[in-house]
Amino acid sequence: MSLPGFPDATPLAGLGGGVLIGVAAALMLLGAGRIAGVSGIAARATGMSDSSLPRISAWLFLLGLPAGALIVTAVMGQFEPSFASPVVLVIAGLLVGAGTRLGSGCTSGHGVCGMSRLSPRSLVATATFMASGIATVAIMNAFGWEVLS
Amino acid sequence: MISRQLPILVSGVLFGAGLTLGGMTDPARVRGFLDLFGDWDPTLAFVMGGAVIVMAIAWWLQPKLARPLFADAFALPSRRDLTPKLIGGSALFGIGWGVAGLCPGPGVAALVIEPVSAAIFVTAMLAGMFLVRLTESDT
Repeated sequence: MSLPGFPDATPLAGLGGGVLIGVAAALMLLGAGRIAGVSGIAARATGMSDSSLPRISAWLFLLGLPAGALIVTAVMGQFEPSFASPVVLVIAGLLVGAGTRLGSGCTSGHGVCGMSRLSPRSLVATATFMASGIATVAIMNAFGWEVLS
Repeated sequence: MISRQLPILVSGVLFGAGLTLGGMTDPARVRGFLDLFGDWDPTLAFVMGGAVIVMAIAWWLQPKLARPLFADAFALPSRRDLTPKLIGGSALFGIGWGVAGLCPGPGVAALVIEPVSAAIFVTAMLAGMFLVRLTESDT
């Protein structure tokens, strides 16, 4: 199925993926009593957070992410998305790592778990990173800076 | 022990599957979503919408549980204060997200899709986290 006016959009796969993410985060909340925030869990796994989440739990969750990706690519077929060059990936990674720690969360913790709870901090954080992400892409496109080959 | 860790592993697997199915491990699709003023791709709005609807139901159920199904107590954030750090950090994160089209979850999940690129991104992300940790332990 496609969206009128948006030939490249995959709304059904998007919705299915979103529901899976929601079920995963719901299992984390109702099962383990915690927020499924990937940046915080990554910091916890690597000893950079004082969260009470057991480090083994943090590692198991993180290992699950590529395992889930493998299952989807096995079922749906391999796809080879293009990624930015190493230099761009380093700059972006530093910004994402520092920004998510300073801002206490990322797309999963603030965007999914916090927004659905109507947390004021998450609503503001999500509006902020959406706005700066949109501005970044707009500025890069205005300068004709292509980062994905 | 196993009964407590297994749901967390399952959550990670479902999360990684959802990110991949939804297109979040494809930087071009993520940047297409952020390209609101250009050739906009609305797919990620469906990802976000689906996830938020399911989680809204979970938040409605949560207060009805005395304790989590597989843990002793809920450990949830309670802060409500809006600080310059929250807003500034989120702004930095958004810039990084826009530059390469990757956020933390898809970066980790993509380790099996494009291992070298994803490893570079995740290593730099951890370095960025470490820099923040260093400055915060100074104060």
